[in-house]
Amino acid sequence: MEITIPPFDIKSIAPIIIMTIAGIVVLMADVFFKRALKDKLAYLSLIGIIIAGVVTFTQIGPTVYSFSDTFVVDNYSVFFNFIFLVSTAIVILMSVSYIKQEGINYGEYYTLILFATMGMMLMAGGSDLITIFLGLEIMSISLYVLAGFRRNRLDSNEASLKYFLLGAFATGFLLYGIAMLYGATGTTNIKEIAAFLANNPALSNPMIIMGSSLLIIGFGFKIACVPFHKWTPDVYEGAPTAITAFLSAGPKAAAFAVFFRVFLVSLPALEPKWSMILWVLAVLTMTVGNVVAIAQTNIKRMLAYSSIAHAGYALIAIVAANSLGTASMLFYMLAYIFMNLGAFAVVIVLGRKGEENLMIEDYNGLGYKHPLLAITMSIFMFSLAGIPPLAGFVGKFYIFSAAIKSGYVVLAVIGVLNSVVAVYYYLRVTVAMYMKPPEREFAPLSLSPYMIVALIISIWGTIHLGIFPARIIEFAQKSTLLY
Amino acid sequence: MIPLSWYLILSGILFTIGVIGVLTRRNAIVIFMCIELMLNAVNLAFVTFSRQLNSMDGQIFVFFIMTVAAAEAAVGLAIIVALFRNKGSVNVDDMNLMKW
Repeated sequence: MEITIPPFDIKSIAPIIIMTIAGIVVLMADVFFKRALKDKLAYLSLIGIIIAGVVTFTQIGPTVYSFSDTFVVDNYSVFFNFIFLVSTAIVILMSVSYIKQEGINYGEYYTLILFATMGMMLMAGGSDLITIFLGLEIMSISLYVLAGFRRNRLDSNEASLKYFLLGAFATGFLLYGIAMLYGATGTTNIKEIAAFLANNPALSNPMIIMGSSLLIIGFGFKIACVPFHKWTPDVYEGAPTAITAFLSAGPKAAAFAVFFRVFLVSLPALEPKWSMILWVLAVLTMTVGNVVAIAQTNIKRMLAYSSIAHAGYALIAIVAANSLGTASMLFYMLAYIFMNLGAFAVVIVLGRKGEENLMIEDYNGLGYKHPLLAITMSIFMFSLAGIPPLAGFVGKFYIFSAAIKSGYVVLAVIGVLNSVVAVYYYLRVTVAMYMKPPEREFAPLSLSPYMIVALIISIWGTIHLGIFPARIIEFAQKSTLLY
Repeated sequence: MIPLSWYLILSGILFTIGVIGVLTRRNAIVIFMCIELMLNAVNLAFVTFSRQLNSMDGQIFVFFIMTVAAAEAAVGLAIIVALFRNKGSVNVDDMNLMKW
């Protein structure tokens, strides 16, 4: 059998290569120049992220398939790469003082974050189920380690173990689904699967139906939609707070990128089947996430359930399955990383060594003691609740209008009702900060300059995307998969 | 010759044993072994399909799955060891620090 090696197109995967090199450089620098570079590893990582961002910027425009159609650079993957790079940069800025405070200041922390980001970029650009699977696993394996990074603490170990066991379990389902699709269509390339399904009866083939259902389970786990969400609150609570922020931003967006690409590009022939399943999942995810979040007293857990609810909103966009839906999902993911990372940054600022001050009552009276920080937190909470003129409102607005455009009025109504429920628990934090007397002594804040930069970027993103969304929306509409 | 569908049936049975094992066993290492069984059931399915369709993609995929499973085993066992050092147990019923 003759094997021809396909032409290499290094340029198309340049951002991924840069992230890999950055990760390796950080790891080596940590080993060989430990004393000289002790605190500079974050700079190295940020330089890598900025170079990758510049290279990604030059990729805007044409759609390029490379490596015999297993990888694609289109505006969709470029948009997601920006989301990943921005979220990773903010997380690294948040981490600098946090990991020192927690005593986990090791170089591999940054390396693992960079590798996870590289996996996400591979997922967003994957145009073959092999590439997608590889990206997913590179991301997940890095995250399993990061979740257990405070290895002397039991809650971190427990979070890591739960994430690992359930993640690997979900991977098994995902792979079985891919195997089924491969058996039925004879290919793992998502374009060729689409071409096969367009020319052959898809809805009557049980293997295809079963394969795509298993894919929903696998991806549903990664985006944490109900009923595959049980790991989320435990992992979010036990993981180091900076990693919790990371988990809720990049990996979730990456899973959505893959979910959209696989279902909208390769399985549109099955839309009548999966849109119904995803309709139910979206409603369940929103409702369970929002209702259970009300009962939470730990702010990390509350934000975990809120992230489940937000995954539900983004699922509405995939049910809508039109170009506005994809554009609104892109915008929503960008808006979500700013407001969510910002909220976690405030949680880190208020936290003390050993993860104290994580209860909502610990925020009582914050508005009198640290007014600026309280205003910052309020902005993120208002944005997460979807109150205009902040980013969260614009994102939800576009998602619901996409649903209505495709005729899913009931779904949009359920979504709006859910955001009303959400206002209750987001505002509870604000109420605690401004309307309750302080119950504890507030120590002076230890704000590192990195943290201040991270907070400023998050506030800027949240407000800017809320007031001037037009340019981003325009770019998002050029980045849709459907025309 | 054994018909190819038998291999698929075997793969389905192995996968089901793995799933049931994950859901019913309580030792983290046994759960992990059941997950590996699921992955190997997938490998069997891939190889069978590859043979049936006369295409190489499935076998390539199996190589990737094996590599990833090895990486996962390294990380997973390290996590279990770290937990055992702190807790002295690998029973998942004891992992109850966080609830609701």
